[in-house]
Amino acid sequence: MRHTLSVHVENKPGVLMRITGLFVRRGFNIESLAVGPTERPDVSRVTMRVDCSQHSLEQIEKQMHKLVNVLRVSELGPDEAIERELLLVKVTAPPERRAELMSLGDVFQARVIDLGPDALIFEVVGTPEELESFEELVRPHGIKELVRTGRIGLGRASAKPDAGRRLALIR
Amino acid sequence: MKMLGADAILRSLEAEGVDVVFGIPGGAILPTYDAFARGTTVRHVLARHEQGAGHMAQGYARASGRVGVAIATSGPGATNLVTPIADAWMDSTPLVCITGQVRSSLIGTDAFQECDITGITIPVVKHSWLVQDVDEIPEVMKAAFHIASTGRCGPVLIDIPRDVQEAEIDFVYPDTVDLPGWKPPRRGHPRQIREAARRISQAERPVLYVGGGTINADACEELKELAEFGRLPVITTLMGKGAFPETHDLFTGWPGMHGPKWSNWAMNKADLLVACGARFDDRVTGKLSGFAPGASVVHLDIDAAEIGKLRNADVPVVGPLKQILRDLGSELRRLSESGTPAPYAGWVEQILEWRDEFPLRYATAGELVKPQAVMEALQAATAGRDDVIWTTGVGQHQMWAMQYLLCNEPRTFITSGGLGTMGYGVPAAIGAKAARPDATVVCIDGDGCFQMTGSELATSVLENLPIVVVLINNAYLGMVHQWQNLFYDDRLSQVHLTHAIPDYAKLAEAYGALGITVDDRADVDDAIEEALGAGRTAVIDFRVDPQEQCYPMIPAGAAALELIEYEEGAENENVRAF
Ligand SMILES: Cc1ncc(C[n+]2csc(CCOP(=O)(O)OP(=O)(O)O)c2C)c(N)n1
Ligand SMILES: [Mg+2]
Repeated sequence: MRHTLSVHVENKPGVLMRITGLFVRRGFNIESLAVGPTERPDVSRVTMRVDCSQHSLEQIEKQMHKLVNVLRVSELGPDEAIERELLLVKVTAPPERRAELMSLGDVFQARVIDLGPDALIFEVVGTPEELESFEELVRPHGIKELVRTGRIGLGRASAKPDAGRRLALIR
Repeated sequence: MKMLGADAILRSLEAEGVDVVFGIPGGAILPTYDAFARGTTVRHVLARHEQGAGHMAQGYARASGRVGVAIATSGPGATNLVTPIADAWMDSTPLVCITGQVRSSLIGTDAFQECDITGITIPVVKHSWLVQDVDEIPEVMKAAFHIASTGRCGPVLIDIPRDVQEAEIDFVYPDTVDLPGWKPPRRGHPRQIREAARRISQAERPVLYVGGGTINADACEELKELAEFGRLPVITTLMGKGAFPETHDLFTGWPGMHGPKWSNWAMNKADLLVACGARFDDRVTGKLSGFAPGASVVHLDIDAAEIGKLRNADVPVVGPLKQILRDLGSELRRLSESGTPAPYAGWVEQILEWRDEFPLRYATAGELVKPQAVMEALQAATAGRDDVIWTTGVGQHQMWAMQYLLCNEPRTFITSGGLGTMGYGVPAAIGAKAARPDATVVCIDGDGCFQMTGSELATSVLENLPIVVVLINNAYLGMVHQWQNLFYDDRLSQVHLTHAIPDYAKLAEAYGALGITVDDRADVDDAIEEALGAGRTAVIDFRVDPQEQCYPMIPAGAAALELIEYEEGAENENVRAF
C-alpha cells in the first residue's frame, strides 16, 4: 500500500538521514521525498511517499515520533489532503511541432519556461496523476530530460487545523 | 566563566553529578584529557579497549541506575565504541558517549583518524550531535544526559571536533533543556489502567511478564505490591531478572529459549499476559503464533513503539511503569473492595505443581566438573547475601547463570540480552564495581567471551576495581557447539578452543590477579570461597565438561511446548526445582 507522510522536523543536521533510515533498514523504498521550509523558520516539512504495509507504517511512524528532531508525524490521506507536485520536462520541439505542443500544454496549464531552437521546457504543477498524464501525452514528441519535485501536501482547508491522520498515539 | 571547550565538557559532567567515566585518550580528544590533567572531581578509569570502556559504562549504569559515560578518540576509538552503543540500544541502557573528532576544517577530507561516527551510529542511538560551535557544549551535554535517561533509556553520542574543544567559551550550565521534539509520555491513561485492572480481576490464569523496563523504571517495589495483592505469578525475562525476588512463592521463572519447562508452560497456558516493560523478543516467544496462544495481552510500556510491534495488545498503557503499576495496584484494590472476584485461586498452585514436576536436571555421572554444579556452588556460597552483583558473557554459561543464580534484588544481574555481545561480562563487572564499591561483583564468563575482553583485567587490577571472574571453561564456543550438535548432526565447525590454551590462571597472575585452576570436583567450593574472600581481582578457571549442553531448549522458531529436554533417568542425576 502506498502512503504519503508529512513530517514536521526541526531544521537540524542529520534529521533527514534519521528519518529515511527507518525505511531503509526495513528494506522499504521511498518513492518520493520533498523537504522544504514552512511558516516557521526553524521548522521544515518532509513529505514522503512510501510503499509499505499498514502495520509497518504504524511501526515506522511511532519510531519516527521518538526521534528528537521530529515534531509531528501525520499521514496525508487521499480524501483529507491536497497534494501537488511540480514537473519540468524538456521536449524535442522543432519549429513545425511547436504550436501543437503548446496547445497540448494549454490543456494542462503548463507554462513554457524556456525555448531553444529545437526544444522547449514545460513547467507543470498538478496532482501527481495529472503530471503522469501530461508526461504520457508529450512522450511521443520526444522527452529529452524530465524531473519532478516529489509530492507535497497539506490537509484540506475545510478540515480541522490538524487535517491528515494524526499519529494514533496511545496515551 | 571563561574556559576552554574541553574544560566545559568536564564542568558539564560535574554538573550532571557524574563521579566516574571510562575511556581511552587519543589525538582528537587530547584537549579534553588535558582538562582531566588540570583537575576535576570526575574519576577517569583507563580501559584497555574502547569496547571495554563502553561496557564498563554500561555495567556502571545498570548497577547504579545512573547514566554511564564513555570517552574515546576519533576514528578507531569511536568505532570501537559502536558495539557497546548498539548493546545499550538493544538493552535500553542509559549511556553518554563522548568522542573526539578531527578539526572542523578537516571534516570530510578523509583526514587522519577521521570517521563519520555520528553517521555510523544513527540506527543505534536515541540521538547524536556533531558539535560545531563551542558555545553549544553546555546545552548539548545537558540534552544528552536528559535524553539518555528519560523515556525509554538508551545511548546518545556527542562528537566534538578538536578545535571546538580548544576554543574559548563563557561557560554557563543550563538548568533546563529546550527539546520541543522530545516528549516522553508522562502518565499512563487512567481509563486504560482501569481497563487493565478489570482484565486482571477477571482473568483465571494471569501472568505478569516482566522485562528490563521495569528495572529501568525503578518500579520493582510497585510490581511486588501488585503481584502480592493480586496473587499474580511473575515471570521475568533475562533482562528483567532480579526485578522480582526469585525466592518468592509467586516467582515463576524465566521464559523463552532456555527457560525452565514449567515457566514456559505457565506462560503458554495463561489467559492473560500483563507485559511490564517487556518487548516480546523472539528469544522469549519462539514462534510468535504459538506464544501464549490463549492469552489476551495488557501491555505496559514507556515506549509507544513497542505496543503492537510483535503481539497485538488488547489493553495498551503507555507511560512510566512506576506510576502505572502503582495505579494498577490501587485500582485492583478498589475492584476487590467492590467485590469483584480475585483471580482463580488454583492457578498459582497449578504452577507450583508444574514446578515440582519439571525441575531443571543434569547428569552428575563422570569425573568432570559440571558447569551447573559450579553455579549451584556459587548460589550456595552467596545465598542470603544482598551485596552480590552478577555479570555474564554470552553463551551456555550465561543461560546456566540465569537458571541457577537466584537474584532477589534489581540491578544485581547484568548481562547482554538483546545484542548478545560476547565480551560484555568482564568490563561490565568493572563498571558495576565502580558504581557499587561495597558490592562483591562476580562475572560468570565463558572461555570464548573472556578472550574477547579479558585484557580489562589490567584495568580491574590497576584501577583497584576488584572483581571475581568465574570462568566456565568448557574448551568450546559452547553455545555454538550446542547448535552444531543439535541442528547440524554434530558436525563441529570452528568451535574448539581447548581447555589449556591460554592457561587462564597464569594469565590472571600475569595481570597481577589471583589465578586458580579447578579441574577436580572436590575443589570447587574452596576455590569459590578463596576467590570471593580474596579482596582482589581473581579468576577461577573451572575446567568443566565440554559435552554438557544447556537444557531445556526451545529451538529457534519453535513454539514453547516443542522444547528439547534433558533426557531423564541418567544415573546420578541432580534435580533442582529451578
Ligand atoms: C561478539 C560475538 N561473536 C559471536 C557470537 C556468537 N556466539 C554466541 S555464544 C558463542 C560462544 C560463546 O563461547 P563461550 O564464551 O566459551 O561460552 P559458552 O557458550 O561456551 O558457555 C558465540 C560464538 C556472539 N554472541 N558475540
Ligand atoms: Mg565456552
